[in-house]
Amino acid sequence: MSKNGQGLLEVLKGQESDLLADWIKEQSGVAPRRGASIRESEVRDQCKEFLGLFQSAIRDGGADDIQGPRWGGVRELLSNLSRTRGLQGFSPSETASFVFSLKKPLFTRLGRAHAKDAEGLAEATWSANQLLDSLGLYTTEVHQKAREEVISRQQQEMLELSTPVVKLWEGILALPMIGTLDSARTQVVMESLLQRIVETGSNIAIIDITGVPTVDTLTAQHLLKTVTAARLMGAECIISGIRPQIAQTIVHLGVDLGDVTTKASLADAFAIALERTGRGVRKVRAGS
Amino acid sequence: MVVTKDDTMEIRVSDHVVLVRQAVRKWSIELGFSLVDQTKMITAASELARNTLDYGKGGTVRLERVEEGMKKGLRLTFEDQGPGIPDLEKALTDGYTTGRGMGMGLSGSKRLVNEFDIATKVGEGTRVTITRWK
Ligand SMILES: Nc1ncnc2c1ncn2[C@@H]1O[C@H](COP(=O)(O)OP(=O)(O)OP(=O)(O)O)[C@@H](O)[C@H]1O
Ligand SMILES: [Mg+2]
Repeated sequence: MSKNGQGLLEVLKGQESDLLADWIKEQSGVAPRRGASIRESEVRDQCKEFLGLFQSAIRDGGADDIQGPRWGGVRELLSNLSRTRGLQGFSPSETASFVFSLKKPLFTRLGRAHAKDAEGLAEATWSANQLLDSLGLYTTEVHQKAREEVISRQQQEMLELSTPVVKLWEGILALPMIGTLDSARTQVVMESLLQRIVETGSNIAIIDITGVPTVDTLTAQHLLKTVTAARLMGAECIISGIRPQIAQTIVHLGVDLGDVTTKASLADAFAIALERTGRGVRKVRAGS
Repeated sequence: MVVTKDDTMEIRVSDHVVLVRQAVRKWSIELGFSLVDQTKMITAASELARNTLDYGKGGTVRLERVEEGMKKGLRLTFEDQGPGIPDLEKALTDGYTTGRGMGMGLSGSKRLVNEFDIATKVGEGTRVTITRWK
């Protein structure tokens, strides 16, 4: 075990409750952003647990290598703390201040212990400083990683938005597609449309792609497959929501939607669907 | 030609294709592309990214914002170490596919951009470079 670690241990020993009080006071000075708050009793428990683990890590593993196996407990505590605080809305620096705020109370005590030994003090402070810096950086890294995980999960969820099949009128279904059509969910969406066609005995299905950002060959192929399958179940499809830029792009791409009826908007498609089923919309009153 | 910004993205799983499209959309908007030009570039990127994944067994795309004289544009380079394309002329023909596609990806994306270049070698891989100018 290193000499520096020994110095730290000496000032920690027997002073835990006193040090704990000072440390907690330091932390209350760091006001978190609005919306990010944490109960004092929770902070106290975390600090107490940290001091315990911190001491045994120094005792067993020295103060130099926080990546070592003896520091596993401390790392785990900090990593849980970073993750939960990250979710509670703490910024990375607010999260790291948990560790950095220990510096002042610790250095004060080192100063007292080395009152007559300037060289020893400098050395002990330097090593404690390095140790706390690396632990603080560790919390920042975990915080960052947790954030990235959340973002990638949200992206994943966006990719997999589900698409409900809605009945617009007797015999007329609509499928408002939102998101990308090249993921595994296309199959699911197609199957649920076919099932609803059977259940409702519908003979017209409007597939609205207003919410589909890109139509490429794979998307077109999925759409055409859906149209063909719907036909086999006795329903004609209308594709709506093909915006002008998409229409132009698929022409250049060379994709042919064949004899499928296409309409610019869902409203246009609905009007056609009503007409084909022998209905229409009539104004019953003058005015708006 | 000067490159004023660049980035490289992995294409290993099909969600990466979605991320590539999102990045190309962002870069196209930054360059001030019209909505039609954005859509064309994104669609071409989608085709080539999926070819990289499906036929090239995965690879990368390099995004570059380029300037030449007064012109500004976006250049994308798709690269893989897959099997390569034995008959390039056929592969560039509308409707030709060795998979289950429509066979419109390569030929179609060529029509969607201003510059299209393809280098391929059997057993070594394929590199497709496309550029669209503002
Ligand atoms: N990166 C690549 N590596 C190896 N072969 C490729 C690559 N890209 C394209 N090919 C070959 O060229 C053919 C034509 O490609 P293209 O993108 O035009 O059509 P597709 O991918 O088969 O169908 P689509 O793109 O219309 O869904 C492919 O079937 C494949 O054999
Ligand atoms: Mg293709």
